Amino acid sequence: MSEEIKVDKVMDLKGLPCPMPIVKVSKGIKEIEVGQVIEAQTTDPGALTDFPAWARTSGNEILKTDQDGKVITFFIKRNA
Amino acid sequence: MKKNDLETQFAALKTKVETLTKESAENKLSMIVFSGDMDKVLAALIIASGAVAMGMDVVMFFTFWGTPILRDKAKKVGGKDLMGTMFGAMLPKGACNLKLSKMNMGGMGTAMMKSLMKKKNVASVEEMLAVAGELGVQIYVCEMSMDLMGFKREEMIAYPNMEFCGVAKFLEEAKSSKIQLFI
Repeated sequence: MSEEIKVDKVMDLKGLPCPMPIVKVSKGIKEIEVGQVIEAQTTDPGALTDFPAWARTSGNEILKTDQDGKVITFFIKRNA
Repeated sequence: MKKNDLETQFAALKTKVETLTKESAENKLSMIVFSGDMDKVLAALIIASGAVAMGMDVVMFFTFWGTPILRDKAKKVGGKDLMGTMFGAMLPKGACNLKLSKMNMGGMGTAMMKSLMKKKNVASVEEMLAVAGELGVQIYVCEMSMDLMGFKREEMIAYPNMEFCGVAKFLEEAKSSKIQLFI
């Protein structure tokens, strides 16, 4: 069952190394409502472990992770 | 069991829970920045901004070699004694003036690292300090180090949340923090 994720905000974090992707996404998530979704695009390979760790700690949810070449895209739902 | 006994026990438990709640660690990171080396300070600031992103409160204490990082290169203050003037001249004037802890090679290594960081988009110590300020990281500066090295408050950067303190303030913060680091 694949359903399209409705994205409320897109963040282009490509080219930014640690720690800026999570610093920016933690700011960005406060600008959407609880239940809404951010699409965050990054080229930082460390993000693959960092984003899930950040989501678990901050109480938000990663709905989906896509990888296309160097670009990693996270769909993050604001839960907290 | 009598009702009176139960009430006494309940009151005792309540006091205990209140004490425990007061003493349990807050979601906070306390860090001592003792080093004035560029690489170590950069690591400290990256951890600090990451911690804010993770939802933590962050408190940084700058002491000893960490103190001159917070000097403003554009500010000049007079009225220092000989030792103060000497320390002022020999220690880095601000975040853009720091050296690598290894491979400095008379400044060449540091220059190479800085250009590499720029190329790879890695934020400098100066930029990370600005990020920390925006994120609400609290900075305390060791008053004793300031006095020892002859630094004056007027020559420090205009950081949004900066105060001057002694060891007791750090210990109070560290005691109520989940994480404490010394860098």
